[in-house]
Amino acid sequence: MIRLTRDPINAASVAAALGQPPDCGAVVTFSGDVRAETDPAAGPLLALEYEAYESMALSELESVRAEAMARFAVAAIAVVHRLGRLAVGETSIVIVVAAAHRAAAFDAARFCIDRVKQAVPIWKKEVFADPSAGRWVHPAPTDGARRRTQTP
Amino acid sequence: MKVRVLFFAAMTDLAGVRERVLDLPEGATAGDLIALLSADLPALADRRGSLMLAVNRTYASAATVLSDGDEVALIPPVSGG
Repeated sequence: MIRLTRDPINAASVAAALGQPPDCGAVVTFSGDVRAETDPAAGPLLALEYEAYESMALSELESVRAEAMARFAVAAIAVVHRLGRLAVGETSIVIVVAAAHRAAAFDAARFCIDRVKQAVPIWKKEVFADPSAGRWVHPAPTDGARRRTQTP
Repeated sequence: MKVRVLFFAAMTDLAGVRERVLDLPEGATAGDLIALLSADLPALADRRGSLMLAVNRTYASAATVLSDGDEVALIPPVSGG
């Protein structure tokens, strides 16, 4: 299951929707939540606002899922990413991986979240009490991200 | 030919719009499109080094030759997750 949603994500329902094949002894759920932070100038973070290039984000998420399925001995993967305004503590992404054994499930979950952060066109804006302090987060691209997003 | 250009995140603020339609000569590349846009938006040129391009929802290089009706997205460094 690959999905973008503006509603709160419930990790347990994502896992339930994935189903658990009977030969799977390991299910790993990764939940990415909005972390409380304080900026020295702007004060405490109130929320993150996520936006996406939705049609491409869905196809890139599907590629991430397919690549993880090919690389690791896993049976099923679900990735759900939330968009819109999220308060501190809310969940922005849930990844669930079901596999026969735990090592592959952990590895695939790690691979998926790392790849999402490198290549899927989704962005977040930090929102502070002072609206003029709001800013988009655009990390310096890593070499890994460049390799995966640029054709020669 | 006409090409639709999409802006996201900080690029939207920089361009002042979410999308534009540009008229380009036949055979123009994605790089030509960026050069044309940069003439209008000098701040874009400063960010060129960190910007990715997508043509019709697939990452593409500046050398990609565009066609009429293409959708070109300027993709600043992503921060999902």
